[in-house]
Amino acid sequence: MSNLITAEKLSFTYPASGERLALPVFENLNLEIAEGSFTAVIGPNGCGKSTLAKHFNAVLLPSGGKVWVAGLDTSDEEKLLEIRRQIGMVFQNPDNQIVANVVEEDVAFAPENLGVPSPEIRRRVDEALKTVGMYEYREHAPHLLSGGQKQRIAIAGVLAMKPRCIVLDEPTAMLDPRGREEVVATVTRLNREQGITVVLITHHMSEAVHADRVIVMHRGGILTDGSPREVFSQVELLRQAGLDVPQTTELLYELRKQGWPVPLDALTPEECAEAIAAALR
Amino acid sequence: MLKDITLGQFFPGKTPVHRLDPRTKLLLLIVYIVALFLARSYLSYGLVLLFLVGATLLGRIPFKSMTKGLKPMLIFILFTALLNLFYTKGGTLLLDWWIFEIWSEGVKTAFFMVLRIMMLVSGTFLLTYTTSPIALTDGLERLLSPLKKLRVPVHELAMMMSIALRFIPTLIEETDKIISAQKARGADFETGSLMRRAKALIPILVPLFVSAFRRADELATAMECRCYHGGEGRTRLKVLRFATIDLIAFLVGALLLAGVIVLRHFGL
Repeated sequence: MSNLITAEKLSFTYPASGERLALPVFENLNLEIAEGSFTAVIGPNGCGKSTLAKHFNAVLLPSGGKVWVAGLDTSDEEKLLEIRRQIGMVFQNPDNQIVANVVEEDVAFAPENLGVPSPEIRRRVDEALKTVGMYEYREHAPHLLSGGQKQRIAIAGVLAMKPRCIVLDEPTAMLDPRGREEVVATVTRLNREQGITVVLITHHMSEAVHADRVIVMHRGGILTDGSPREVFSQVELLRQAGLDVPQTTELLYELRKQGWPVPLDALTPEECAEAIAAALR
Repeated sequence: MLKDITLGQFFPGKTPVHRLDPRTKLLLLIVYIVALFLARSYLSYGLVLLFLVGATLLGRIPFKSMTKGLKPMLIFILFTALLNLFYTKGGTLLLDWWIFEIWSEGVKTAFFMVLRIMMLVSGTFLLTYTTSPIALTDGLERLLSPLKKLRVPVHELAMMMSIALRFIPTLIEETDKIISAQKARGADFETGSLMRRAKALIPILVPLFVSAFRRADELATAMECRCYHGGEGRTRLKVLRFATIDLIAFLVGALLLAGVIVLRHFGL
């Protein structure tokens, strides 16, 4: 698999303004995101994960080093639209990213900006809304929808650009458990069925479990990086960084401390139950 | 408490009036207003009123909501009527009491003035009742687009208007939340002098403004992420197109205007 996003010796410092001192976020960060992968980025508040996401579609530009997206340099201003078309971005607050007061008009916003002909926009809007399961709400006013539905509209709005990758910056932070499930299920399906690369930045370990790769960030650096099983079995390391582990891992970890011979890499409740049953036998 | 605010209230529907192109409706409103100001006699006012009533019936807008829109204008209408009643002289003297004089010409002018204001307001309401805010901003943008050559930022203005409309419910909801939060902390908005009550609004307005700026910032980033780069090269999901129905509407509008002008020519 080729890399869709490559960060090379990436450094970034928020410039000083007024009384605030310059705030360095990354120093020499190297990272690759493979095409078609589902990557979760986790880390405590202020570790730089949102700042990193904003480098992927040139909302922020590196102070040092380079970010390449599908072979395009993000600091090349002429390629800006192309980069943003390929890397769609969904933010935390659904209210602050919906532009129009009819669902389908909002989904049409990005293709309209790209100058796509009207019949093609219609096709893309319908397809995107069907993909996220919001087609029957196309003529509704967004402010009457639930948080999870609004966030799915935001995802549809990005899908209408036909992106190769979707970066979601804590899309579930303001949602109730049901809305969270809707959003994660939608994103997972997009990755599996349409092969869209997904970068999911999240606070919830249970969401990171769905990814094929988990990157843990801490103080502007990468603490650990690997499959969810590899990452979550490093319980001590994660706890030192101020992070939780999924409840299943935590249970197994505590059992192991008591001397039970259980593995640490069971992620789903079923796997966890089987692991405990095997140990009891 | 703030939920009742309705701005540019819209009654969704599929009647011929709803289906008209927003540009047609905007132009027809202008024709209607011009006709209204040209009308001088009972006959010509009747003609314009016929047009208004016809459009209201065709758009299936209940007359009740048309008159409801007039309520806030009541004082203004009354004031205009009284002024015209007492200050227009001519015709026969109907009443002469103390310093008041009422002439027949005054009664006529007052009546026409009241009718004119009421029909002006109703006509405008009919437009907002039958046209969605989006269609309206779209229509305005297209109608005003020739001004782009004079460097008037037409697209930007239309975009600002539609974003403002989009955020009205969001900000109202937020205001409600802030009011509840401040009440929970013992804020008092209902008692005290006017000055005190005005001061009590500060703890609502400050957080509301701070959050509105934060929202604006986030929305701008989100729009940029969706490739927004101004109006240049932008296409639309729904392209405005004039249809046969618009042609008919224009013909009716032309007839109305011609009728009023002819009547005026004959001194009616």
